[in-house]
Amino acid sequence: MSATAVHSLWTTAADPISKIDAPKIEYGQLSPTLIVIGAALVGVLIEAFVPRRFRYYTQVFVSFVALAAAFAAVVALAADGYGTTRARIAAMGAIAVDGPALFLQGTILLGALAALFTFAERRLDPAAHGNRVDSFAAQAASVPGSDSEKAAVRAGFTTTEVFPLLLFAVGGMLVFPSANDLLTLFVALEVFSLPLYLLCALARRKRLMSQEAAVKYFLLGAFASAFTLFGIALLYGYAGSVSYGTIAQVVDGTVTDIDPALANTMGNDALLLIGAAMLVMGLLFKVAAVPFHMWTPDVYQGAPTPVTGFMAAATKVAAFGALLRVLYVVLPGMRWDWRPVMWAVAIVTMLGGAIVAITQTDIKRLLAYSSIAHAGFILAGVIATTPSGVSSVLFYLAAYSFVTIGAFAVVTLVRDAGGEATHLSKWAGLGRRSPLVAAVFAVFLLAFAGIPLTSGFAGKFAVFKAAAEGGAVPLVVIGVISSAVAAFFYIRVIVLMFFSEPRPEGPTVAVPSPLTMAAIGIGVAVTLVLGVAPQYFLDLASQAGVFVR
Amino acid sequence: MENLIALLIAAPLLGAAVLLVGGRRLDAVGHWIGTLLAAASFVVGLVLFAGLLGRGTEDRTLTQHLFSWIPVAGFQADVTFRLDQLSMTFVLLITGVGSLIHLYSVGYMEHDERRRRFFGYLNLFLAAMLLLVLADNYLLLYVGWEGVGLASYLLIGFWQHKPSAATAAKKAFLVNRVGDMGLSIAIMLMFTTFGTFAFGPVLGHVGDTSEGRLTAIGLMLLLAACGKSAQVPLQSWLGDAMEGPTPVSALIHAATMVTAGVYLIVRSGALFNAAPDAQLAVTVVGAVTLLFGAIVGCAKDDIKKALAGSTMSQIGYMVLAAGLGPVGYVFAIMHLVTHGFFKAGLFLGAGSVMHAMNDEVDMRKYGGLRKYMPVTFVTFGLGYLAIIGFPGLSGFFSKDKIIEAAFAKGGTEGWILGGAALLGAAITAFYMTRVMLMTFFGEERWRNRPTPSPAEPSVEPAAEERGEHAEPHPHESPKVMTIPMIVLAVGSVFGGAFFSLGDRFLHWLEPVTGHQEGHPPVSAWTVTAATLVCLVLGAGLAWAQYGRRPVPAVAPRGSLLTRAARRDLLQDDFNHVVLVRGGEHLTRTLVYLDHSLVDGVVNGTAASVGGLSGRLRRLQNGFARSYAVSMFGGAAVLVAATLLMRAV
Repeated sequence: MSATAVHSLWTTAADPISKIDAPKIEYGQLSPTLIVIGAALVGVLIEAFVPRRFRYYTQVFVSFVALAAAFAAVVALAADGYGTTRARIAAMGAIAVDGPALFLQGTILLGALAALFTFAERRLDPAAHGNRVDSFAAQAASVPGSDSEKAAVRAGFTTTEVFPLLLFAVGGMLVFPSANDLLTLFVALEVFSLPLYLLCALARRKRLMSQEAAVKYFLLGAFASAFTLFGIALLYGYAGSVSYGTIAQVVDGTVTDIDPALANTMGNDALLLIGAAMLVMGLLFKVAAVPFHMWTPDVYQGAPTPVTGFMAAATKVAAFGALLRVLYVVLPGMRWDWRPVMWAVAIVTMLGGAIVAITQTDIKRLLAYSSIAHAGFILAGVIATTPSGVSSVLFYLAAYSFVTIGAFAVVTLVRDAGGEATHLSKWAGLGRRSPLVAAVFAVFLLAFAGIPLTSGFAGKFAVFKAAAEGGAVPLVVIGVISSAVAAFFYIRVIVLMFFSEPRPEGPTVAVPSPLTMAAIGIGVAVTLVLGVAPQYFLDLASQAGVFVR
Repeated sequence: MENLIALLIAAPLLGAAVLLVGGRRLDAVGHWIGTLLAAASFVVGLVLFAGLLGRGTEDRTLTQHLFSWIPVAGFQADVTFRLDQLSMTFVLLITGVGSLIHLYSVGYMEHDERRRRFFGYLNLFLAAMLLLVLADNYLLLYVGWEGVGLASYLLIGFWQHKPSAATAAKKAFLVNRVGDMGLSIAIMLMFTTFGTFAFGPVLGHVGDTSEGRLTAIGLMLLLAACGKSAQVPLQSWLGDAMEGPTPVSALIHAATMVTAGVYLIVRSGALFNAAPDAQLAVTVVGAVTLLFGAIVGCAKDDIKKALAGSTMSQIGYMVLAAGLGPVGYVFAIMHLVTHGFFKAGLFLGAGSVMHAMNDEVDMRKYGGLRKYMPVTFVTFGLGYLAIIGFPGLSGFFSKDKIIEAAFAKGGTEGWILGGAALLGAAITAFYMTRVMLMTFFGEERWRNRPTPSPAEPSVEPAAEERGEHAEPHPHESPKVMTIPMIVLAVGSVFGGAFFSLGDRFLHWLEPVTGHQEGHPPVSAWTVTAATLVCLVLGAGLAWAQYGRRPVPAVAPRGSLLTRAARRDLLQDDFNHVVLVRGGEHLTRTLVYLDHSLVDGVVNGTAASVGGLSGRLRRLQNGFARSYAVSMFGGAAVLVAATLLMRAV
């Protein structure tokens, strides 16, 4: 490949140059990502140098400080107007700093904070040989059921590496929705996916299931990444650039000067269409849209529940952010091509998620299918292709991620001898034995179902309104029908908890440390505040709803 | 002066609040509080009346804006009162007769331990009725309308321990709901037609509205009036409403409630004038009801039910007059006022008789009471003469005018309506004479009781004996009861003449209702003469049947018509067969459809979704390879579809 081609990865300037300039990096504007990645690296060093008994506290402290500082940086950037008037493209065109990016980064960071609390919870599992343990395997490398595992448990080992892994994943997720060229997008995708594959394999109990889930996730994720990468290559062939702005211009026809090295392919619409479809497919895999959703129930069920909560919330936020940017910034010129296809995807996702959830008997799988259905609802907002569509999706993501983290945090509390009691039959009569926990879970379920006075209703209303205004009324009708179907299984759990006789050998509700309580408390508070007084946040989302180009 | 208007309503409303909230500690004085506040309202009414008289004829409309009630863009409802000659007339009637009935109740309800509550309800009744006639828009009127419905429900069912009273209250309430529905639809139609429901704008814009619209509104208003005023076909509640204490009957029949329908029609006169079809319907309803009520009144042995039939019939006269348009509005109201006097007097008299006869209501067990109850006899007799239209008494003036106006309608309609009104006059004379003869004349049938007891009638109140099956000791009622009767009797005697001489009432009311002289096809004197002939015929027939011959203690079987009339001309049977049975069948059909069709569809959908879910679930087989195939297939479809979109 010639120097020209390499060069044109980064800039649209046509004149060839002999040396590469030192890239200009706006550290201040990239600070949220830099803080998190930096802290993750520090976490790796902690694993290497800090004595084992201090690691947990050090890691939790570092992670907490990093996430809080990054969130503060996001708020500071937004307050400086980077979300609106001063929105710009930083890092030599690789990263966009604009409203949607900052809003989603803020959401991811807050969600990650709540997730961090559930990661750090050490009171739920009974102490193993006098050592407080968390949800993660004592030693990831030991074979399940082997002597080395028993030795590790006896020694009171814990996998404190989960904290740097979490931070790496968060770092990737922060970049993902703000990536402004396709290579950055892909790198970010891998940066947040690989730690998640590892985290999925780390369950302390039911380790085989956990590892199976991780392998499945990894295989299918790699498969999807391959599609994405191939799509990126095709798009590069089409546009002669991986920069979002340039591709958009080529799609619109405003750039016509053809790179001689790519004279055979540039402007070939077949490349554009196939490439765009494959790129979008990779993103749809991450948001768990039908038919790219098959991994979701198995992985959600097998992964340690705190990881499931984090993954379900933050991955969805990051992936939808990236999807929005791709569709609104890169491909607006061909929206008449992708809109009908996305319509179909949204419809099968909403209906498929809602219908299959009906017959689920495991609470984690139920929530997995629920997350699929929600992906469909959010897609309805994405398809609107209006500013109100963007802001409604932003609002929905914020609302949804806190409900999800809170709900999975409650799942970690309901336990029996075998660890978490996730089979629905064991939840019968929970409301009689632990009214508070059951009531909190009922709030989350009502929010999932979109009942008024919860954030779920405000979000769903905003999304459907935007979709209807964008001309997608049939989509809204189908969305409401699948909401009705979905309401059935959410309410069924509530009925089960409150109106069924408790089973004598039923699970107990563990008393968590203030960490999990904080996570659940944040979830309930956000759910109710966004449900009762959503206007401020809707305004915030609508201010943040403009992409920089 | 305008600021006094709210006081009219506030006084009885305060009374209701104090009496109902105050609790048992007010038991001793509650009845006087209620009576005083009713009287206070009457005094305020008199002050306002004097003020109105002091103004020019065209300047007699006062309005008081209290507050903005429902201020929504495009939907403005204010609490504004309007006092003009029409509402002034009603205010004086309601508070005047109402206060007298309060006073009477002090004696009548003396031995009822829930007397305080009773007076609270009476005050509530007055307040609601005053709100109804003082409202400046239909929505506020509706509030009063519903308030009257509530108060009547509470009072008819006051003796709720009697199942018959509870049932009667429920019946009155339910039948009234039908009428209320009409009023609410009328108000909605007004809002869509005129964009407002204030009297001024609505009635001022009837000119630029299609007649069809106005007819629809008019018919709905008529339905409302039928409900409150007990007109055919919503008349069935009135007879049963006699289960309430007698003062309540007096209040419902004379001062409040049944007059509301007439008020509504007269108030909406401008609207009806522009909708002749609706007007015709009003006259038909009035004519049918006046005969219906009169026939029912002939067959009843229960003194209160006979009077109830009479009320229905007399209100029919008023509705008939109101349907005649500007020719009749003034006479409708005039008859309403005179009727208020004599019907209140008659009911209070009936209550006095019952009071003396151990609450016996069957006139076949009365007889010869004139000797024992002279005051009741005289006042009741004067009321009787007034209602049959004896020359010179108030019913003569007002009813005669209505009959004239009916003839003046002209054409076949005029003859039919006039004929009906005339026939009604004859029947009125018949049944009222019958009541009079059976109660106060003839042999003392109450002595035929088997239980031995002192023969000599006691002058003392026989309260402790009430409810016992002893032979009654007829006696005159206490002063607190007889004084209101005397006052009302005076009104019954002189009211009509006072209003009619010099056309006082006409000039007073004309600025509001408008008036237009009727021209009957025959001379007015001929009509009057015919009326008098009918009167004599009716009264003579009654005397021949009940005066000359002894009244049997057990009612004879009677003709088919008599038997039907005893059953209120089969109104309840009709309602039962058509409405109740029909409703039951409809409900059963709907329930069946709901179970089989709606539930079938719903459950079927649920079952098929569940089945689908079960089948789709099997796709999730746990093998990563099938998942990958699904993804690959999905990607292929995605790419193909995108390409296809472009190709299309």
